[in-house]
Amino acid sequence: MKQKKRNEKGLAVAARRSRLVSELRSGIGGLGFWVNRLPVCGDFSLILICTGAGCRMVGYTDLPTKGGFDFGLCRRNQSLVEKGGLKIPGFLKTGTTIVGLVFKDGVVLGADTRATEGPIVADKNCEKIHFMAPNIYCCGAGTAADTEAVTDMVSSQLQLHRYATGRESRVVTALTLLKSHLFKYQGHVSAALVLGGVDCTGPHLHTVYPHGSTDTLPFATMGSGSLAAMSVFESKYKEGLTREEGIKLVAEAISGGIFNDLGSGSNVDVCVITKGKTEYLRNYLLPNPRTYVSSKGYSFTKGQTEILSTKITQLKPKVEVAEGGDAIAMEE
Amino acid sequence: RVSGIQHRQTASYPAHSVLFIFRILLLAGVNQPDSPSSPFPPSPPPPSQSSSPPAMSIFEYNGSAVVAMVGKNCFAIASDRRLGVQLQTVATDFQRVFKIHDKLYIGLSGLGTDAQTLYQRLVFRHKLYQLREERDMKPETFASLVSALLYEKRFGPYFCQPVIAGLRENNEPFICTMDCIGAKELAKDFVVSGTAAESLYGACESMYKPDMEPEELFETISQALRSSVDRDCLSGWGGYVLIVTPTEVRESVIKGRMD
Repeated sequence: MKQKKRNEKGLAVAARRSRLVSELRSGIGGLGFWVNRLPVCGDFSLILICTGAGCRMVGYTDLPTKGGFDFGLCRRNQSLVEKGGLKIPGFLKTGTTIVGLVFKDGVVLGADTRATEGPIVADKNCEKIHFMAPNIYCCGAGTAADTEAVTDMVSSQLQLHRYATGRESRVVTALTLLKSHLFKYQGHVSAALVLGGVDCTGPHLHTVYPHGSTDTLPFATMGSGSLAAMSVFESKYKEGLTREEGIKLVAEAISGGIFNDLGSGSNVDVCVITKGKTEYLRNYLLPNPRTYVSSKGYSFTKGQTEILSTKITQLKPKVEVAEGGDAIAMEE
Repeated sequence: RVSGIQHRQTASYPAHSVLFIFRILLLAGVNQPDSPSSPFPPSPPPPSQSSSPPAMSIFEYNGSAVVAMVGKNCFAIASDRRLGVQLQTVATDFQRVFKIHDKLYIGLSGLGTDAQTLYQRLVFRHKLYQLREERDMKPETFASLVSALLYEKRFGPYFCQPVIAGLRENNEPFICTMDCIGAKELAKDFVVSGTAAESLYGACESMYKPDMEPEELFETISQALRSSVDRDCLSGWGGYVLIVTPTEVRESVIKGRMD
C-alpha cells in the first residue's frame, strides 16, 4: 500500500515538473518514463530520470540545451544594471519599411534593406524578406534577431508539417504558429511581420504585431516607414492589379519609405508569389548607389605600419587517409 | 498553476526551486507597462556617488575594437589590446581574437568576461562537432551556431558582439558580425564591432578596396584600426592583426599610441 502511494505521488510530482519543463522548453512528457533535463546554469543541466516510482537524480552533465530560451544570465545582468550602474545595450533593429499587397494572381511583398544600430547604419544591404515555405514569404521589422529567429523557427515547423501531411503549407498555418509564439512571450519578442503567400485556398496577406494580434488585409505596411508607404497605397491601390502594376506600386511605396523615413534606406527588395511560382527579386531597385568612391583610393606603402612582432604559421594541407581493406569507400 | 515546492520522499531538487525563481523573475519583468519591446525592466537610477563616472553602457565597461576585412582569397581580422575597468586600464595585452580552427577565427568585442565564456563554449561545441563529423566546421555553419547560442540568451544576453572570419572550402573568404542577441550581418567587404565601431565604419569605408593582396590588406586594416582607436578613449594600446591565406597564417602585434 505504501509503495502504491509513493508511486502515485512520484507520478504527480513528475507530471508537475514535466509541465514546468515543457513551458520553458518543448519537453517530452506523457510517458511513464522520461528523462528531464532541467536548466541549472548555462550549459549545465541536471539530469533526472523520472519513473513511476519517483525521481532519481543522476547527476550534472554538460549537454547542449534543446530549444526554448535560457534565462541563466538574467540575474547577473540585472545586478550589473542596478549595482554596477551600467546601462542596458541596444540591439540591432531593422528601422524598416515593409509592405505587401494582393494583386490579381497572387501577392507582392516588398522591403527596404537598411539595418540600424541606434543612429548608425550597421548593414546597408540586409535581407528582410524571409523564406517560410516555397509558396509563403515573410517580411520582418523590429529587432533583427527576433524576426530572423522567429521566421526560421516557423519555417522549420512548416517543413516538418509538410512532411507529416504531404501537402503544400497554408498561409494560415504559418500565421497561427507565429501569433501563438509571439503572444506567449507577451510582446518581448519584438517582431512585426508582413506574411504573404498563395496556397490552395488563394492568395493571402496578413500582418502580425509583436504582441500576437493579426490582421488580414488586401494591402499592408509595417515598420517605421509604414506611414509613408501607406500613403502611397491608399492613394493608388485598386483591386485586380496586374503583376507589373503591383510590382510598380510596391516599389513606389518602399521608395516613399526609403526617402522619407530615416530608419529605412538603401535598396528595394521585391518578392512576387503566384500559384506555383515565386520570384524573389533581390535589389530590384538601387536608388542609392555609392558615388563617392575615389579612383585612386588609399594606398599604403609596404612597411608603413610599425610592427612589434610577427609570427608566421604555415598551414599544412589536411591529408585524408583512406582505410585499406574495406571494399566500400566512406565519403567525408 | 505552478505548485509550491512540496515535501518529497525522494531526493530534493534544487533545480525545481531555481526554475520557480526564474519564473517569478520573468513574470516580474513582464508586468512593466512601459516599453514592452525592452527585455529588461526599467533600470533604477545608478547609486549617486560624488566620484563615479556617468552611467556607461555595459559594452563600454571594458572597451574594445574588432574589425575584419576581405581580400583576394584571404581575410584579415584585427583587434585592439586594451582591457580596462571603465576609465582605468588594467591590461595592455588582452586577447580578443580567438582561433576556432586553422581557417576560422572569431573576434569578440564587448564585456571581457562574456567574451571568454562564449569562446570557451564555442570551442567546446566545435570540438564535439569535429569528433562527430570528422572535419572542421564551415564558416557559415559556425556563424549559425554562434547566432543560435546568442539568441538562446535573448532575455539575458551575453554582452558580446562577435566578428567571425573564415575561409570556405574553395578558399573564398567569409566574414560576418552579429549584435549581442545573434542577428547576423553578412558583408562582402568589412565588418566592425566594439566601442570604436563608429570610427571604424568611417575609416574602413574610405580605406577599403576590393581584391587586395595579403600585404596590402595588412597595411589597410592596420591603418584603419589605428586611426579609429585613436579617436576612441576606451580602446587602443596597440593592435593585434591576423592575416589568413590558404597556405599560411600571419599574426602581428602592431605599435600604437599608448594613451
